Amino acid sequence: MTTTEPSPEAVEEERPIGFGRLLRKEDPRLIRGMGKFVDDIQLPGMLHLAILRSPMAHARIVSIDTSAAQALPKVVAVITGADLAEKGLAWMPTLSNDVQAVLATDKVRFQHQEVAFVVAEDRYSARDALELIDVEYERLDPVIDVRTALDADVPVIRDDLEGKTDNHIFDWETGDEAATDAVFDSADVVVSEEIIYPRVHPAPMETCGCIADFERVAGKLTLWCTSQAPHAHRTVYALVTGLPEHKIRLIAPDIGGGFGNKVPIYPGYVCAIVASLVIGKPVKWMEDRTENLVSTGFARDYVMKADIAATKEGKILAVRTDVLADHGAFNGVAAPVKYPAGFFGVFTGSYDLEAAYAKMTAVYTNKAPGGVAYACSFRITEAVYLVERIVDCLAYELGMDPAELRLKNLLKPEQFPYSTKTGWVYDSGNYEPALRKAMEMAGYDELRREQAEKRERGELMGIGVSFFTEAVGAGPRKDMDILGLGMADGCELRIHPTGKAVIRLSVKSQGQGHETTFAQIVAEEIGIPPEDIEVLEGDTDNTPFGLGTYGSRSTPVSGAAAALVTRKVRDKAQIIASGMLEVSVADLEWNKGSFSVKGDPSKSVTIQDIAMRAHGAGDLPEGIEGGLEAQICYNPENLTYPFGAYICVVDVDPGTAVVKVRRFIAVDDCGTQINPMIIEGQVHGGLTDGVGMATMQMIAFDEDGNCLSGSLMDYLIPTALEVPDWETGYTVTPSPHHPIGAKGIGESATVGSPPAVVNAIVDALKPYGVRHADMPLTPSRVWEAMQGNHTPPI
Amino acid sequence: MQVNMTINGQEADEEIEPRMLLVHFIRDRLGLTGTHWGCDTSNCGTCVVLIDGEPVKSCTTLAAMVSGHDVTTVEGLEVDGVLDPVQEGFMQCHGLQCGFCTPGMMLTARALINKNPDPTDGVIREAISGQICRCTGYATIVRSIHWAADHDAAVSVGSAS
Ligand code: FES
Ligand code: FES
Repeated sequence: MTTTEPSPEAVEEERPIGFGRLLRKEDPRLIRGMGKFVDDIQLPGMLHLAILRSPMAHARIVSIDTSAAQALPKVVAVITGADLAEKGLAWMPTLSNDVQAVLATDKVRFQHQEVAFVVAEDRYSARDALELIDVEYERLDPVIDVRTALDADVPVIRDDLEGKTDNHIFDWETGDEAATDAVFDSADVVVSEEIIYPRVHPAPMETCGCIADFERVAGKLTLWCTSQAPHAHRTVYALVTGLPEHKIRLIAPDIGGGFGNKVPIYPGYVCAIVASLVIGKPVKWMEDRTENLVSTGFARDYVMKADIAATKEGKILAVRTDVLADHGAFNGVAAPVKYPAGFFGVFTGSYDLEAAYAKMTAVYTNKAPGGVAYACSFRITEAVYLVERIVDCLAYELGMDPAELRLKNLLKPEQFPYSTKTGWVYDSGNYEPALRKAMEMAGYDELRREQAEKRERGELMGIGVSFFTEAVGAGPRKDMDILGLGMADGCELRIHPTGKAVIRLSVKSQGQGHETTFAQIVAEEIGIPPEDIEVLEGDTDNTPFGLGTYGSRSTPVSGAAAALVTRKVRDKAQIIASGMLEVSVADLEWNKGSFSVKGDPSKSVTIQDIAMRAHGAGDLPEGIEGGLEAQICYNPENLTYPFGAYICVVDVDPGTAVVKVRRFIAVDDCGTQINPMIIEGQVHGGLTDGVGMATMQMIAFDEDGNCLSGSLMDYLIPTALEVPDWETGYTVTPSPHHPIGAKGIGESATVGSPPAVVNAIVDALKPYGVRHADMPLTPSRVWEAMQGNHTPPI
Repeated sequence: MQVNMTINGQEADEEIEPRMLLVHFIRDRLGLTGTHWGCDTSNCGTCVVLIDGEPVKSCTTLAAMVSGHDVTTVEGLEVDGVLDPVQEGFMQCHGLQCGFCTPGMMLTARALINKNPDPTDGVIREAISGQICRCTGYATIVRSIHWAADHDAAVSVGSAS
């Protein structure tokens, strides 16, 4: 079948380019309440699991009496750590090659640690039974203050680890210490500050949970699970339970937000699996909100001593930092194995430095485990916060405008690809236009004039600037793995006979809109309209292996895989087209949806024609098999480096110290844009997180290790009243190594916005002589700063 | 105990434990899983339904309290295959990402527009301030509700009248 050449307009209309604003394919079900989240699933005979948690942060378990709970009607089983230990299931690996108790056997190591679980016929009965379990604890002194965790006289938390005599986890360093010290020794200006990024929690609206369904006859476990990384999780469950991997099917259905919270393996998942294996019925476990906040993956918790060296003219020369990292009771950091501090090594920021050095000590404390990403791109939030805060401290000391100081030091476009002093190779960048654009959108000079006038009148207005470079898309398999699993992503594309398509991904959306953007990527590459492309993900039986969605890796890794697998299919289509048009392959040209003969556009075949021929009767060119499909595994050659410039404007009430975020201007560069509507949404969400962390969110503890932030009344999250109408803008600097030039956008705003907000608040407090104040800048903490007695939050 | 109420125009007549929360009654008993649950403390609003046209947090309401009343859940917004402008607005303006908070947000929006056909940004933000969205940053939700108000063809699903 050949077609005549359509007019250029018709080509545009009939073969829309894949990229651009496109309404989401997932929305029609979600706006009707027809999404399928884990807790929406009910299976016949399904039982409910609830977990008993420790009231103490550090205590020896003396005895557990479950008899009253067992006797309650509708209770099917009550299981303790001792029961699991008999089966060799009391401990499980963490993502950092540590171990974590599924249920405590010897002692509890953080408040709300899992101690026992109940399986009952309905959720209320399961909870009732928890009340009837009697546990006797012998209190031990808890280790709560990270600064004293390594002191000689403190208790050893992890006495389960053979030979462990302290609370030390690891030491880590990067950069050249001697060279950095030399630069500091001869610098005109050195500014030092202790900068704290407190513990926060991702708190997605849907808590974590699962349904485990073990079918005895088939010997197969199906696990519906709130998982951002279905394939990696399946492998871990195979290792934990001893079930063969092909007998585990993990399905991650619709997920109500993740932000890193749904990356780790939690004891509750393992408990549900064990319960279903033992009882032979489906078992559902869903956390309540308190359980989510107090026991699942937290983020940050870094105490950072920072130094910056510069000339008196404001040329930044070096940055140095010494970090104390609180990892809680079990080291559950989700980061590539060779990167125990995640990608904190990019703390050199967006500047051309002569030297840089960081060292870090990580310790155990009696707090919930984690150290997981919270939209942080593996600790880049901490790194960016560190450098953007200390640069502002430098501006304060030099008496320079913070935007001007940054403009003076930003990397220049001709320096890319740029190798940092800590060994990272930034792929591409054009920084100055991004900052200039943000300043123009903000009306920066006008804002400074307004601020000066307000200061005259005693009003407190602050303008905060931040510039960030992210490192996302982990990662090259030569350097990066999690639990020995390389971070390359598989992808499979099938074109059906009628020219419709299905693409299967290893990643898993938690709201980012993969069903839309991945259809757009395929559409762009092969000219099939996005509505004709089905995107499948989140089912390990039906998708190829890959490491999942976190660290903004979906577009940089699986997005590249999707583009390349589509090109592979297109290459085959071209060979088939050459047979159909009876010309050589080299004589064909691609017109986004059809091949035509060079110089004779009237001779052409559409991709749909080719698909039918590939599956139909008749000969295909020599050596070509029927069908039109391909599978690849994409191994990224480098990370991608999105960047952006943010400006925040705040007003602080001098009487109450209440901060109002009046405006927020964000200019992002995520390389080639697939769907600008979705990009804007990703940025908005991250900016809200930034305002939250800067002004209200913190997981706090008292000296006994009681978690003080166990509900949304105590762990505050911004509502519509605390955030402004975001002002967003973009520049586009494609990644040179990504097949479509895209860099990823999921976490940029979460990484870039906290320093902008804090810088703005500190700037507002300049009349009080404030150079630094730690998050969360709640009214009481701002008030303390105004009084000159600001204390660190931890 | 026996409860009897109208949900999305249909009678529901069920024997329940007196302590059963409305959110669990709607989700687990009636299988209407568009209403979500997200906290223990009445803070998040993912569970919002309309009771006699007013937005109410169904996690903090006993099913028994609603006996004899008229409940609208997200499943009741679409009528005879026609979407409520609120639903259309959320799609058009990217007012949702994960979609977990969305049913509650849309029902609050519907109740708001029934009372105030032309709400300002401030009024909209105030109306949804008892609900949390972790994904969108709210600006697109505000736009979505404006879109719905602008396209509202006197639809009044869930209103008491
Ligand atoms: S579930 Fe959070 S307010 Fe109802
Ligand atoms: S869309 Fe995810 S919580 Fe609102």
